[in-house]
Amino acid sequence: MALDWTTALSFLIDGLMLGFVFGVAAMGLTLIWGVMDVINLAHGPLIALAMFGVYLIMNFLGLSNPYPALLLTTLLALPVGMGIYYLAVHRVIDAPHLSSLLATYSVNMMLMGVMNAVFGGAPRNIDFSLGSITLFGDIVVPTARLVAALAAVLIAAALYFFLYRTRVGRYIRAVTDNRDAAELVGVPSTTILALSFGLGVLLAAFAGGLIATIFPFTIFDGGRYELKSFVIGVLGGLGNPIGSLFGGLILGVIEGLVPMFLETSWTPVIEFGLFVFILLVRPTGLFGGKS
Amino acid sequence: MKRGKGTLWLGLALLLVLALALAACGGKAETGQQTEGNEVVLTIGYTESQTGKYNVSSSRQVKGLQLWVKQINEAGGIELSDGTVIKFKTVSYDDESSKDRVQELYTRLATEDNADFLISPYSSGLTAAAAVIAEQYGKVMITTGAASDSIYKKGYTQVFQIYTPASRYLTGAVDILQKADPELKKIAFVYEDSKFATSVVTAAKDYAESKGYEVVLFEGYAPDTTDFGPFINKIVGSGAEAILGGGHFQDGSTFARQLHEEGVPVKFVALLVAPPEPDFAELGDAAVGIVGPSQWEPQAQYTPEAAQKLGIEWFGPTSKEFVDAYVAEYGEEPSYHSAGGYAAGLILEKAIRAADSTDPAKVKEALDAMDVLIFFGRIKFETAPEAHGLQIGHEMVYVQWQKDDQGNLKKEVVWPEAGATAELLYPKP
Repeated sequence: MALDWTTALSFLIDGLMLGFVFGVAAMGLTLIWGVMDVINLAHGPLIALAMFGVYLIMNFLGLSNPYPALLLTTLLALPVGMGIYYLAVHRVIDAPHLSSLLATYSVNMMLMGVMNAVFGGAPRNIDFSLGSITLFGDIVVPTARLVAALAAVLIAAALYFFLYRTRVGRYIRAVTDNRDAAELVGVPSTTILALSFGLGVLLAAFAGGLIATIFPFTIFDGGRYELKSFVIGVLGGLGNPIGSLFGGLILGVIEGLVPMFLETSWTPVIEFGLFVFILLVRPTGLFGGKS
Repeated sequence: MKRGKGTLWLGLALLLVLALALAACGGKAETGQQTEGNEVVLTIGYTESQTGKYNVSSSRQVKGLQLWVKQINEAGGIELSDGTVIKFKTVSYDDESSKDRVQELYTRLATEDNADFLISPYSSGLTAAAAVIAEQYGKVMITTGAASDSIYKKGYTQVFQIYTPASRYLTGAVDILQKADPELKKIAFVYEDSKFATSVVTAAKDYAESKGYEVVLFEGYAPDTTDFGPFINKIVGSGAEAILGGGHFQDGSTFARQLHEEGVPVKFVALLVAPPEPDFAELGDAAVGIVGPSQWEPQAQYTPEAAQKLGIEWFGPTSKEFVDAYVAEYGEEPSYHSAGGYAAGLILEKAIRAADSTDPAKVKEALDAMDVLIFFGRIKFETAPEAHGLQIGHEMVYVQWQKDDQGNLKKEVVWPEAGATAELLYPKP
């Protein structure tokens, strides 16, 4: 097939735009890992739940546009996340890793069970289209993807601002660095941990909602984005939420460029090959992060 | 060491004997028949994909089958010449769209539930898994929603296919294209990496190449693909003028939607499975112009008169009677999956009537000898051992989504021309 520049650029732009969105999903996972050393195995179902949240709110309120529903879902995700922290994670926060893994995995199983019972496995689609725009003369880009990429960058910037320019953000970083020391100087560590978990879930939900505006989904789709989040987390540095955005971009470039040269089914092979390779040579991830 | 080995062999031998003994017990095939006076209730076993990716198509198929069960029982069952009245009950489970579950559940249907006859699950992959079990336990299985040819080329003797096989699924689309635009030469095949879609496009590709077409892209996508961006970029890069492929409902409708969103400049798109589904209309403008092969459409011209012309027997309700009954029961239009489910029951009924017996061996003989026209089309099975049970009578029809004068989406039959309800919209908008 002709490998002209237009085609190459189309592949690359497609990959980059999705990369930003996947990056936000991964930010949610790495934020939680960074702050409290908990791998949130309920990450995938929470992403799927947010997809259904957008879908249901949009249909319930009779909206023609999914973005207000996306905002509402994102805001709801914060208390949901904090609730999960208090119910399932707080008691095992100082126990060995296996306990918190099992705790979040149980939340995963419960969410999947409930969603399967309530929604069933049928695919859903948000009936909405922004059409497409043409860039650089002849590269057609679906507008919804462009909006999703921009929204992803915005929320990443907002997270950065929150973590580095606000008092609560400083508390979160203090708890991340040394929880005992933070408590000694009066940081309410339990509240901060719950808030961080809530923020992680909020980011996952935001990404899930954005994906729902682009692709159709089922309750089972969370798993695939959870896997991507792990790969991105390692690429961007475990525990380094802002690095995740760059990890997402790297993943996006791989997903965009591999199909140009190989059959598309090779993409996961290369992604996970890279994942294992980076774990071997830099166990803390490409961009450092916390060891 | 030596002694240990001896014990091992002894243990193995014992296990073998035990297994044989168990198999012998199981061999005294119990049946699910319940007899009361002269009334016999036969058990029909099947699985439904209540969850997982085949959910939509599978539930329609089951609705069709259940309608037949309800109608036959309400009509007083089948009366045999010896005065026995046969009624039916069904046993079913959720197979979660998973092959492993299918094998587990069909074994259960055959052994614990003692099903007298089996109906296949939906999809070729699941049916292939179920067929092994049906053959193993010697149960007659009518397959519907399973078009792959390979299932019937494994030497099975108990499995009978209602659908037109995959090898004849998209060849008609090539014929349509040739008629509509003799100038067009470049075709891209983009298809789901599944048993069914792969066998369809492989056959269609050979056919297209034999007609002088240049296949510029031939690539499969994973069944759970939601992002067709890479494939669309490849299609555009390859300079293809027509796209053939698809797989099942979810991926097909997503593919059509993204083709539309990205404004891919092709003149003709034919996709498997998704376009004939009524839900495909939810795509709105993205559906317009998409062509799809269908096993059956309500408008299809299968009538008692047509049977007379062919010199074969007519059996069962007309298309209109079936559609009316289905709408009255479920409040929605039937798709071809629904019709296939109903047809599976109807063919079983026809075979029992023809055999005048519930003996599986006699019913199998009746199926082998069958050549009948029903609302679903002609049904005749291959009897040669190398492809026993393959459907050889049934033909596909092709539909296309078009807009009527009020701008409403309408599904029209565009091929074969004899049964067409509208002209082909070409090139696709």
